[in-house]
Amino acid sequence: MTTLDRRKLAGLVLVLLLACALPFFIANYRVFQMTLVLAYAIALLGLNMLTGYNGQISLGHGAFYAIGAYTAAILMDKAGLPYWATIPLAGAACFVAGFLFGLPALRLEGLYLALATFALGIAMPQILKHKSIEGWTGGVQGITILKPDAPPWTGLSQDRWLYFFTLAWMVFLFVLGWNLLRGRIGRAMVAIRDQPIAAQAMGVNTAMVKSLTFGVSALYTGIAGALGAIAVQFVAPDSFNLFLSITLLTGVVIGGLASISGAIFGALFIQFVPNVADQISKAAPWAIYGIVLIAFMYAMPTGVAGFLRLARARLVRRPSGPIPR
Amino acid sequence: MDQLLHQILSGLATGGIYASVALALVMIYQATHLVNFAQGEMAMFTTYIAWALLQAGLPYWAAFAITVVGAFVLGVAIERIIVRPVENSPILAVVIVFIALLVIFNSIAGWIFTYTIKPFPSPFPAEPLFGNPYLSSHELGSMAITLVVLLLLFVFFRFTPLGLAMRAAAQNPVSSRLVGIRVGWMLALGWGLAAAIGSIAGMMVAPTVFLEPNMMGGILLYAFAGALLGGIDSPGGAVLGGFIVGVLENVVGVYVGSELKLTFALVLIVGVLVIRPSGLFGKVHVVRV
Repeated sequence: MTTLDRRKLAGLVLVLLLACALPFFIANYRVFQMTLVLAYAIALLGLNMLTGYNGQISLGHGAFYAIGAYTAAILMDKAGLPYWATIPLAGAACFVAGFLFGLPALRLEGLYLALATFALGIAMPQILKHKSIEGWTGGVQGITILKPDAPPWTGLSQDRWLYFFTLAWMVFLFVLGWNLLRGRIGRAMVAIRDQPIAAQAMGVNTAMVKSLTFGVSALYTGIAGALGAIAVQFVAPDSFNLFLSITLLTGVVIGGLASISGAIFGALFIQFVPNVADQISKAAPWAIYGIVLIAFMYAMPTGVAGFLRLARARLVRRPSGPIPR
Repeated sequence: MDQLLHQILSGLATGGIYASVALALVMIYQATHLVNFAQGEMAMFTTYIAWALLQAGLPYWAAFAITVVGAFVLGVAIERIIVRPVENSPILAVVIVFIALLVIFNSIAGWIFTYTIKPFPSPFPAEPLFGNPYLSSHELGSMAITLVVLLLLFVFFRFTPLGLAMRAAAQNPVSSRLVGIRVGWMLALGWGLAAAIGSIAGMMVAPTVFLEPNMMGGILLYAFAGALLGGIDSPGGAVLGGFIVGVLENVVGVYVGSELKLTFALVLIVGVLVIRPSGLFGKVHVVRV
């Protein structure tokens, strides 16, 4: 969370260039998978802000992913909005939803918040199916949306265009998130996680920061949901069940709690490991999730990002600052 | 009126199931101040064991007894092997381990027994008992079993030395250790008992909801609601809360629509937590600064 030095900046530019070159070397289906990785990375960063940085446990972030996805789908399908205009609106809708859910959540700490969000995660598919909003949500059937065409001047395939569209959003949101987290608000968030009373005594408006964090976290996850829905071209209530929330949590833990780059490692994991494991058994991905979660909590609580940081510190053997938690 | 009475009575029957699971949750909460998110999946998994035993040709009550003992052993083992190492970690780590357990049990059950829905037999006759028009004999029977379990637990905790030791270990671990109680084992016993109660609840609910790996999701949510409503550190309150939630759920299901039953649980949970976090009978927590 410090400022970038030149080497880090060069590394980031290199990664970005690789990310831009990647879709030209892989098949359309792989490009589609990578698009989902980018969307997941945004969602994971959102959840990580809330859980990793601010210490508010959410077991129901799939619900915000669902709200984002549905907002985008409804706006495209019913209101006829172009796909790019739905993304900010989905984010705004989720910000409001997250902020509102964050208000009662203020009074809930640790376990209780986990309980309340757990309930939200379980109840969400049922809310989406309810017949009073069936006219919009399409009930159990869900909504099918058309895959947007690339602007003619780019000459790209639909999948590649969508990849770059998602990549642009991801870069934008990551820069924004990085700025937010290393600044005053980010420090306030961490202070509330570690020492709530001291933070309050220092003049941090705990209630405001906590509910805003909830809102921003939901905004990120909602934008991810919208991008994911456009890529998949389909939303249905049962794909946003509790297990989506658990998937997101798994991604955050594996990538590394309270780490920005961890979101990308986590997203790669939750996109590709289930695909591979699926070939063994339908239940295998979940078994792997569970085992990996426990293993990480015991052996690598800082996730992949923390492990890499540690490994580099060991290898380079330079006196460095304390390892951020 | 008849309709309402019917709904209330069958609500009491399902409420008994919620009360059992809520009691299992409270038991672990009292001892460790943790909420076991995997409670429902553990119950589901042990119900599958009962199913497998029945398939193997065992009589119902033999399978029942073996399952309860097996669940107890499973609960003890989980506490000793998986939960113990993270016991003093931050709450987030513990929650993640519980979620991991939830996922593991769910997937193992799906892996071994497949995701197809299976019927599970009821030990009670198909015709209503005593010719009453309101409750099926399974509902009546499962309510009776729930009450027997509750009574046994009450007797165990109130009148046996081991029960006393467990209560002591939960209330004041340090002093208990000083008088020679093995606190770690008491916690493990608590987990075992909770798992055993959960397995009974699973076997009682399986005939109505059918056996499948996700059968306990909603039930766990209602049990949470019941435990919170009654007060998560009060066993009696949790049982009462479970029954209240069962009745409310049925009545709401009839008059509001059954599609929103889970949402009702969500509203109830958030409502209780916001308005009265200690529940009806729980202790109000004072945080020391």
